[in-house]
Amino acid sequence: MRLMLERRPEQSRTMTVGSPLIAVAITVAAAGIVFHARGLDPFHALYVYFVEPVMSVWSLEELVVKTAPLVLIGVGLAVCFRANLWNIGAEGQLTAGAITGAAIPILAPEWQSPFALPLMLLAGIAGGAAWAAVPAFLRNRFGVNEILTSLMLVYVAQYLLDWLVRGPWRDPHGYNFPESASFEGWHVLPTLGDGRVHLGAALAVVAVVVLFVFMSRTLKGFEIRVSGEAPRAGGFGGFSRPRTVWFCFALSGGLAGLAGICEAAGPIGQLQPIISPGYGFTAIIVAFLGRLNPIVVLLAGVVLGISYLGGEAAQVELGISDKTAQVFQGTLLFLILACDTLIRYRIRVGRRDDAASAQA
Amino acid sequence: MSGPAADRDGEFLLEARDIVKRFGDFTANDRVTLRLRPGRIHALLGENGAGKSTLVKIIYGALQPTAGELRWHGEPVTVANPAAARRLGIGMVFQHFSLFEALSVAENIALAMPGAFDLAALGERVARVSAEYGLPLEPTALVADLSVGERQRIEIVRCLLQAPRLLIMDEPTAVLTPQEADQLFVTLRRLAADGCAVLYISHRLEEVKQLCHDATILRLGRVVADVDPEAETAASLARLMVGADVHTVSTEAHAGDGPVMLAVADLTLPANGPFGVALRSVSLDVRAGEIVAIAGVAGNGQSELFEALSGERLAPAPGAVSIAGTPCGRNGVTARRRLGAAFVPEERLGHSAVPGFVLSENVLLTRHTSDRTMVSGGFVNRPEARTVTERVNARFDVRTSRENPEASALSGGNLQKFVVGRELDRDPRVVVINQPTWGVDAGAAALIRQALVDMARAGAAVLVVSQDLDEIFEIADRIAVISRGELSEAYPARAIDRERVGLFMAGAHETSGRERPGGAPA
Repeated sequence: MRLMLERRPEQSRTMTVGSPLIAVAITVAAAGIVFHARGLDPFHALYVYFVEPVMSVWSLEELVVKTAPLVLIGVGLAVCFRANLWNIGAEGQLTAGAITGAAIPILAPEWQSPFALPLMLLAGIAGGAAWAAVPAFLRNRFGVNEILTSLMLVYVAQYLLDWLVRGPWRDPHGYNFPESASFEGWHVLPTLGDGRVHLGAALAVVAVVVLFVFMSRTLKGFEIRVSGEAPRAGGFGGFSRPRTVWFCFALSGGLAGLAGICEAAGPIGQLQPIISPGYGFTAIIVAFLGRLNPIVVLLAGVVLGISYLGGEAAQVELGISDKTAQVFQGTLLFLILACDTLIRYRIRVGRRDDAASAQA
Repeated sequence: MSGPAADRDGEFLLEARDIVKRFGDFTANDRVTLRLRPGRIHALLGENGAGKSTLVKIIYGALQPTAGELRWHGEPVTVANPAAARRLGIGMVFQHFSLFEALSVAENIALAMPGAFDLAALGERVARVSAEYGLPLEPTALVADLSVGERQRIEIVRCLLQAPRLLIMDEPTAVLTPQEADQLFVTLRRLAADGCAVLYISHRLEEVKQLCHDATILRLGRVVADVDPEAETAASLARLMVGADVHTVSTEAHAGDGPVMLAVADLTLPANGPFGVALRSVSLDVRAGEIVAIAGVAGNGQSELFEALSGERLAPAPGAVSIAGTPCGRNGVTARRRLGAAFVPEERLGHSAVPGFVLSENVLLTRHTSDRTMVSGGFVNRPEARTVTERVNARFDVRTSRENPEASALSGGNLQKFVVGRELDRDPRVVVINQPTWGVDAGAAALIRQALVDMARAGAAVLVVSQDLDEIFEIADRIAVISRGELSEAYPARAIDRERVGLFMAGAHETSGRERPGGAPA
């Protein structure tokens, strides 16, 4: 008796849907085991972690706040990954977008005008896109692996932000705390309703709808899918691979930059040394859990948003580190990628000879 | 089959007796017998698909024969795998090398050697062996810095260190410059003089005549002759290799006075990577209403030429490629399609078609801009793509298990009918097609050839690149031959026979580096 993987003749549609569900289920089970090992009642802990966050209006609002940047970045990355391009540096592009967008309120705090906010958002998009253009350029011009360059630029952006808020952009009236002055008036994103949910959430939904139509209905979306699936056929179709690299990095970087300025001008309201709890990295998981499909990415963003909220709740109620959230997120990504094997292969139980004779 | 000394069994180093190898219904080797003697260079000649590599893989233990036996020094042996072959004393140098570019020569060799890893001692042995056989190699040099010829030397030295009794060389000169090839011949003669047997696989007749003591010629999986290459002419070898059957004349005579629709003028392109082939001053005209075929053994620049014609690789000058009278050498594939050209590459999955995409999306792949109604305002007209798909499937008899399946779900023949149909359905003025019926069933092949003939008779200029001489003589009005990136003149199909084509395939028209074979063959 042994377990074998057998190649399926065609991709399994059931498993395309089933794989992420199985992955989520195993992650929850693994979380239970981790809690049990820490001496906690696993069922109570799982309740606190995964269910309580969605049980009150306040925490639902908070969930939307956390989900918005994940979805904004995740849909951009989904397009990028579809093209077989690995932008791992969305966290850096988010930071760069926050810096360029925040330059307006910090350098011109007295310029209060209805044009200020759209200009901040555009500057954020431009900053993120420019940061992502570096790996795109290096890849197109010198064939440098974009995984390494985009990842390394994350730290460059974070140190740049750190230097700015401790140095030139520090609030002169801020008692020497490393933060910028608080944004005011037209420099702050309007909230939807009277809670903490801000315009970024609406922008995320718009991005999802636009990119869904873009990927499934337009020639450019087709070009990106071909380029990722069969680059040689893409060249034969008349599509330029370098152009696809530029486009995908500009798009995913721009959306990450938009998420960055929305964080700075939304829930945070100023620049601080750290403006994101790793949204740019978690969005990679969102994109994969969302099957690289913009609509499903929206749902996946909610799932990962819960893991952030649950991490905070578990820290308060159970007294365990909020780093557990990162452990579960990592476990989830690992399991999704592992379960995706089932899309192309099926598991068979039997002896080796059976397989040999079955093929003959 | 009366090779010299057929009865003196003891003298043979290796005997392959009545080897049969079947893959499903296909018989790659049909009762092939090959006898190799120590100290002789033995040529194995044949076209692509003649069964050369199957036979060699059996000798090297990479494949097991369906029937027949191998004898080593007269004793029956089973060569279970390449490691067993190496233990017997059989070494092989493959056409494509397996070297790590980032490592040094000695490190690369050490990786392949059994036993302890002692770089210093190995370096000395490498230096000694390479000096002994005239294969200059610097053990500390990085492979990335070496030429293809030098890389081949590493592979040869790697074999020689194991003191082989038999060395198999698979098309060794295909990647070499003429000068490097001459140097290789010196080494091989030296090896033979030391008593090593060499099995030399090639289709280059001049080389074989110059170098080899014996020759076995395969055609369609069978041995057609064992000959003494020195006693043969290049022409007689070519005739044996490609078969002497007289071709049936194509039904309708063709005038060949239409306007030139596809013109290639002095197209030169450097090789793309170490295994690429450079195109050298290729010139060709294809007129409206005719089919021109380019014959040649695989890997002589066909795919490079195709990519230069389709615009996937741009030519150095606009005038190098003209379609319908418009110079377009610097324009990409979309612009060339707009001029009325259609292209069908050799590789179906991943080049002609995206494997995981449905057929209607694969129609979109090449027709998004040439069909004005396929895309409007950036949005794809999906019903239109479906309509075209259904029309192509009906006209070209593409059989699918369900409506609009993924391209990868189609059989080779059906997918080829689809990609050919996708292009011909546009009624192009120029058609360029590479290996139109490679690996497809007879029915599909006949349908595709008929469609190409009909296209030409309706006024299109058709350029067919093919390795299949039967196909070429069946449909072509004019025939040119490509060899090492050089294209011969295109001759009317009636004025050229298989023998001449075979000679050209072996490089008779090449101009650089080598003298031409004396006089035109009869």
